[in-house]
Amino acid sequence: MTALIALIPGIPLLGFLVIALFGKLLGRRAVSFLGAGSVTLSAVLMIIVGIAFIISPPADGAYTVTLWHWLTAGGFRAAITLRLDTLALVFVFVITFVGALIHIYSVEHMADDKGIIRFFAYMNLFVGSMLLLVLAGNLLLLYLGWEGVGLCSYLLIGFWYKDPANGYAARKAFIVTRVGDTAMIIGLFLLYVNLGTLNIQDLMQQASLKWVAGSPPAVASAALLLGGALGKSAQLPLQTWLPDAMAGPSPVSALIHAATMVTAGVYLIARTNVLFTLAPAVQMTVAIIGAVTLLVAGLAALGQHDLKRVLAYSTISQIGYMFLALGIGAWSAAIFHFMIHAFFKALLFLAGGIVIVALDDEHDIFKMGGLIKKLPVTFITFLIGSASLAALPLVTAGFYSKDQILWYAWSSEHGSPWLWLAGLVGALLTSLYTFRMVFIAFFGEAKTAITRKPGLTTLIPVSILATLSVIGGFVGLPGNMGNFHPFSTFVDKTLPHVVMNPGMHMETFFQVISGIVSLAGIYAAYVLFLKRKGFAEAFRRSAVSIFLYMGLGFDWLYDRLFVRPVVWLSEIDKEDFIDLFYSGIAAVTGFMHSVMTRTQTGRLRWYVMAISIGVVLVVTIILYL
Amino acid sequence: MVTVSLDIQILLASLLFLMGLVGLLVRRNIIFMLMSIEIMLNSAGLVFVIAGAHWIQTDGQVMFIFILAIAASEVSVGLALILQMYHHYKTLDADAMNKLKDKTTES
Repeated sequence: MTALIALIPGIPLLGFLVIALFGKLLGRRAVSFLGAGSVTLSAVLMIIVGIAFIISPPADGAYTVTLWHWLTAGGFRAAITLRLDTLALVFVFVITFVGALIHIYSVEHMADDKGIIRFFAYMNLFVGSMLLLVLAGNLLLLYLGWEGVGLCSYLLIGFWYKDPANGYAARKAFIVTRVGDTAMIIGLFLLYVNLGTLNIQDLMQQASLKWVAGSPPAVASAALLLGGALGKSAQLPLQTWLPDAMAGPSPVSALIHAATMVTAGVYLIARTNVLFTLAPAVQMTVAIIGAVTLLVAGLAALGQHDLKRVLAYSTISQIGYMFLALGIGAWSAAIFHFMIHAFFKALLFLAGGIVIVALDDEHDIFKMGGLIKKLPVTFITFLIGSASLAALPLVTAGFYSKDQILWYAWSSEHGSPWLWLAGLVGALLTSLYTFRMVFIAFFGEAKTAITRKPGLTTLIPVSILATLSVIGGFVGLPGNMGNFHPFSTFVDKTLPHVVMNPGMHMETFFQVISGIVSLAGIYAAYVLFLKRKGFAEAFRRSAVSIFLYMGLGFDWLYDRLFVRPVVWLSEIDKEDFIDLFYSGIAAVTGFMHSVMTRTQTGRLRWYVMAISIGVVLVVTIILYL
Repeated sequence: MVTVSLDIQILLASLLFLMGLVGLLVRRNIIFMLMSIEIMLNSAGLVFVIAGAHWIQTDGQVMFIFILAIAASEVSVGLALILQMYHHYKTLDADAMNKLKDKTTES
């Protein structure tokens, strides 16, 4: 069993090595087979391990494997330790399973791309790093995986590197997430200095023993870890990189920028939940940031023209919901929404990728239209994904996960009506922008001809994800509907239970409200963007829409606030005294050079003369001085 | 047997060396320059012989044999180079060769 756990991240990493080293030798077909095969094998192993885990749960709630000691320096020891508990199991399941489906999809989707060898090498490295991140037993190993996925994200956003804009987007993603990563590594130092270990289990134990709630070191370290999570999960104020990250291929957006990597921040907070419980102020901040982010991103999604940018903003918004759930202490609800979100968001990106390829790389939803009859399977799956995203009541998985968060936002100990209201308005926005996208992109008359029909190997993964987006919700039914929730029971073995306020019995009422809001959003989208001819175009040209299109001006603000001052400073500081010193050395050397060249005349007899005079001088000096 | 003082002997060798040096400096013909170098080399050999005679050691003469051998091989290489140079430049003037570049590739 322990060997199998090590193989789950091991196989994709091995796949990366083989493809990176021998990819050219193996050829394109073998590489796609190997790239998709390694992740699929990992998924199969995961299912075996998962079944074993559920049948015979380990005594202390986790399988632990120590592979070898990574480094020992003084009192500091870091081991390569993999730890599989129920929380990690859910993440490993989503990463390998959704990852495998996306890899299989990519075989056809990327078949004509010149860089397919590079693509599969990066993708395998990404899956390996992400698995390392969630399986890591200590925070240093987690940080290794954390940076690994950041690197892969950079490489894959800039995958089509010949367009400078893609390189710009890749650098932006890397630099913005680096801001968070810096905070996180400082947090790790702080934790080590205070508690003397980085092993997550020991760390949590020590923290709850040594620190009282709200003490400065607990608040500081929780805030710093939150900084890392904000960067990776694209939450306010570090959310600006994710929409630009859509420059990469669609499978990359599906896997990295929707399903797995961006939820690493959610994982980190859930994993270090003890720290956040010890710092109530920081935990409150998590909830508020989540609430604000889901509103901001939901508004920004309304103004986008690019199909993938709409989905990108919806990702930010949905992760906002997860942060909201984490902030109010509804740990398992956040993880539940993460899983369901991974299903439907991967589905939306993959189906969107099919549309984009079918229309010869057309991203603008206003140039799409009339796709229902031409791409029927794609339309139905996309519709299912959208319904799940919009939380269509009762039939979709998204309803159950989102409703759980809204209910806890109202009723849990840390919840408040304001957070609930934000979540509710966010739900209205979600169904509005989602169905605006569906109605504009798929309905109406066709505007662009279809050049390529999707094949079976892309449609099967999409269909599987569509199925999961519907039935995935039935593992977490609310208390008044069958009270069947194996998922939260399972995850709660690792995470603390949500603490409810006493006297909360109106769950049905809130479900009806959120159901009505979701349906109202869809109806509003139908009336505004489908029935009223010309409104969509008119809205697109309005000043409000342009402001929303700019992502509420955050890029503009950061450009004025950070980028330009730095550029200006480096502009005026081009020739400071340090530079003067070095250019001075260069000038003196150049001068000496021009002097010395004069002596090199090429006349033999001058050289003899110089040697003779030199000898006379040296002899004189030796004899008389 | 007439004995000559050591000073006179060293003076003779020094004069010989200076003659060679002056010849090297004033001549432009490379064959004469080579000959001047030979004179300088031989003056050094003469010092060895003088020293050997002075201390009644055979080492000085042994060294002179070495120097002769070296001079012979050096001259053979030198003459070969001079031949090549003459082929190339059609002159024996040392000052004509003041460029590292080949004359034919010079524009």
